Amino acid sequence: MATTVETRKAKVNDVGLAKADYKGRPSTLCAGCGHNSISSQIVNAAYELSIRPHEIIKLSGIGCSSKSPAYFLGKSHGFNSLHGRMPSVATGALVANRSLKGIGVSGDGDTASIGMGQFVHLVRRNLPMVYVIENNGVYGLTKGQFSATADHEQTLKYAGTNPFMPVDLCMEALTANCGFIARSFAGDPKQVTELIKAAFSFDGTAVLDIISPCVTFNDRDESTKSYSWGREHQDPLHDVTYVPRYEEIQVDYEPGETTIVRLHDGSALMLKKLDEEYDPTDRSAAIQLLDEARANQVLATGLIYFNSDQASLQDSEQMIKRPLSELTPDELRPSQESLQEVLEGFK
Amino acid sequence: MSESSTKAKELVNDFSMVVATVNGSGSQTSNLALVRALFRMGIPVSGKNLFPSNIQGLPTWYTIRASGDGHTARRESVEILVAMNVTTFTEDHAGISEGGACFYADHLPKPQARAGIVYYPMPIKDLVKEVSPPKDLKEYVANMAYVGIVSEMLGIDLEAVRGALMTHFHDREKPVELNMGMIRLAAEWAKQNLEKQDPYRVEADNKTKGKILIEGNTAGALGAIYGGVSFASWYPITPASSFADAVRQYLPQLRKENGKNTYAVIQAEDELSAIGMAIGAGWAGARSMTSTSGPGISLMAEFVGLAFFAEIPIVIWDVQRMGPSTGLPTRTSQGDVMFVRYLGHGDTKNVILLPGSVAECFEFGWRAFDVAERLQSPVFVLSDLDLGMNLWMSDPFDYPDEPMDRGKVLTAEQLEEIGEFARYRDVDGDGIAYRTLPGNEHPLAPWFVRGTGHNEHAAYSERPDDWERNMERLMRKADSARDLIPAPVLSGSGEARVGLIYYGSTESAVREACDRLTEQLELDTLRLRAVPFNSDVKQFIEDHEVLCVLEMNTDGQMHKLLQLEVPERATRLRSLTQNNGLPLTARWIAESLVDLVGG
Repeated sequence: MATTVETRKAKVNDVGLAKADYKGRPSTLCAGCGHNSISSQIVNAAYELSIRPHEIIKLSGIGCSSKSPAYFLGKSHGFNSLHGRMPSVATGALVANRSLKGIGVSGDGDTASIGMGQFVHLVRRNLPMVYVIENNGVYGLTKGQFSATADHEQTLKYAGTNPFMPVDLCMEALTANCGFIARSFAGDPKQVTELIKAAFSFDGTAVLDIISPCVTFNDRDESTKSYSWGREHQDPLHDVTYVPRYEEIQVDYEPGETTIVRLHDGSALMLKKLDEEYDPTDRSAAIQLLDEARANQVLATGLIYFNSDQASLQDSEQMIKRPLSELTPDELRPSQESLQEVLEGFK
Repeated sequence: MSESSTKAKELVNDFSMVVATVNGSGSQTSNLALVRALFRMGIPVSGKNLFPSNIQGLPTWYTIRASGDGHTARRESVEILVAMNVTTFTEDHAGISEGGACFYADHLPKPQARAGIVYYPMPIKDLVKEVSPPKDLKEYVANMAYVGIVSEMLGIDLEAVRGALMTHFHDREKPVELNMGMIRLAAEWAKQNLEKQDPYRVEADNKTKGKILIEGNTAGALGAIYGGVSFASWYPITPASSFADAVRQYLPQLRKENGKNTYAVIQAEDELSAIGMAIGAGWAGARSMTSTSGPGISLMAEFVGLAFFAEIPIVIWDVQRMGPSTGLPTRTSQGDVMFVRYLGHGDTKNVILLPGSVAECFEFGWRAFDVAERLQSPVFVLSDLDLGMNLWMSDPFDYPDEPMDRGKVLTAEQLEEIGEFARYRDVDGDGIAYRTLPGNEHPLAPWFVRGTGHNEHAAYSERPDDWERNMERLMRKADSARDLIPAPVLSGSGEARVGLIYYGSTESAVREACDRLTEQLELDTLRLRAVPFNSDVKQFIEDHEVLCVLEMNTDGQMHKLLQLEVPERATRLRSLTQNNGLPLTARWIAESLVDLVGG
């Protein structure tokens, strides 16, 4: 019997967990939905980074995207909150316990419409968390209305023709001073995984706008949120490889063609430049890139902007490193003498 | 000088004074100096600010009541007017009680004199000229002139005034002396030039010995701090902002570890976010709260429903103001009772605590966390503008006399021992299930918080039986709440024909009304301190033939709640309400009660 166990033994990561330990419940989203692919990459990223599931909290708002946390990291604590309000719940939770790593999954409706205010303020406060937007330009769960990221003059069966310009969530993040802004495509699992891994190591809000086609309501070939359009128009900024510090560095790159981005935990993100001389630490270049990508209808993917010089919310608030949730009653309740002293001031 | 010829009998430590000024002129410092000086002289006192929703320019009135009997509610009569605002002088003057005194800035055009009123002109401009303060402080210092004159004419000890200013300026001599210069000069002028004609004066007493003078918002904030608040989120709103201000003022001196904060207070971008943050922190295991007023509560509705249904502990401190809508932002009311009780779509029943004094603001400040964590539910504390923003006298607050109750939280070790965990299973039969906190490393610990239908394991479920079982448990839990929250306070012989039910900031006016009515109407009273109601409330309703529910909203909201909860006696409950933005007075309560139930 022992030999059978031996041969069945699954591959494990540095903390002795198998990939299965990072999986969630079976997805109830449509077959072929880009969101499922992203869920798989979140599983891969957490597994490869060897984060223990209980050290992660996963959060979401409302919508198809927001259902997905049930389908990954089944051994993590999670919070499926209200439509557009995940950022505030994440803020409270991660301030109360800053030892946890947070990953939030939202959609374009959840972030760019009802949740735009909370999204911008989350970024402005620089709460350390991975903020994934599964962007498909459409409201799937309510049967196909346009979202605020839908293409200009796009036509949908249910919604007709969209007369408005789309909201660019990477641009929104940039104007809110986000220090980690990336765009990717659900059909590029390798890039998605590497970006999520890098985002997990960033000590601030990391925004990942992942184009994730809706196979049911928005996968017409002419939509910029369709698979075929994505594959044809994808223009990766860099070949992204994430290098955790506890692994041998094995990257295929030529000196002179790489930018090394140093992350807070000492690990490094290496970016192989396919594109001219794109520098993700150059804010003006990022703005120009997003503008040009929009004008040229190009899906510029990769790390668009990076700036690690901003304090996290918890540091701005001068907080202790220990989780507030672990304070004992004695630490929570000031002394009787201190009360008498305070009350003296009111006599 | 005086247009009254007869000198009336002296009335000691018993008057209501109104200081009419212009908003933003800095008169608050002057008024607080008068209140605190009376308090330091041992005279029971209260100070109420009747202010406009405005930053500068509109009229504002500050009422100071001195009462040797210890009654500190608002009273209708105005015995002393200090008129500093030309736009309201005529109206303010007409409101002075017969035999009262009128101090007025002598550059204001004086209305037609009334017989029986004593007039004291105050040469404010000349006095200010004499001390020649910096130009930008002129208006401010002018307000100190009336402090000096009024103090001299009423007999307020200038040393007590100085002590009051020392409190105000946190023992900084320089501003105190700048103000005292004006005050002493004005007092001296009054001594030389004015002849005392009115009957009102003060005399040192010992009735405030050991007591404190404090606003309910500050008291509640201190209560929260002594309840161990670790996370507070808020959005600026009158009349609740000073609650968060006090939390932020006192936490830094009370909750540090090696120079770092063992707490976070975050100003949110709106009330939606404020409560969302508080819920996130409550889920993660912090003692978490938000403070707001009616319009903020409206925005928080969806999140409250989530916290109720997902069972997340959180304290929501509501300093009520006049609604509906923007209403009167700077006027008091008890209008959120019904809304808050059922806030949230679907079958939501929220727990409400109802402090009736600043001491209870402190007590419920810490107790609310115990209740919220025990019940794993939102707990509302309904204060109001009068209680929250005005100065009340109180005995010093008692240090919490019970250990902190963190509720049913399972650690990894406990899970290991038990060997199973279902987040929403009613193990103990009280409707309150066990929870685990994020970060708990036991494999059984994780659960997924959701506002969607769920089974005992917090997994999504659309099964009718799962839904029904869960809602039945939530209603069972709502019942369990009755005995976990403060019991009502009963007073009277218990044998009276008439029972009066009331709550909140009307306490002081009701006590005074009861004193007034002793000869006329025998009353038993019950002061509610929480919703839902416990068995004492039902018993009180059973025991009285005539019942009256007194409150400061138009529709009799608590009256309706009681009718719903004690339907068999619904027709016996009568409603007595006044809702005009002003705190109730003892006289109105006494007269209205007699009218309603007979003398």
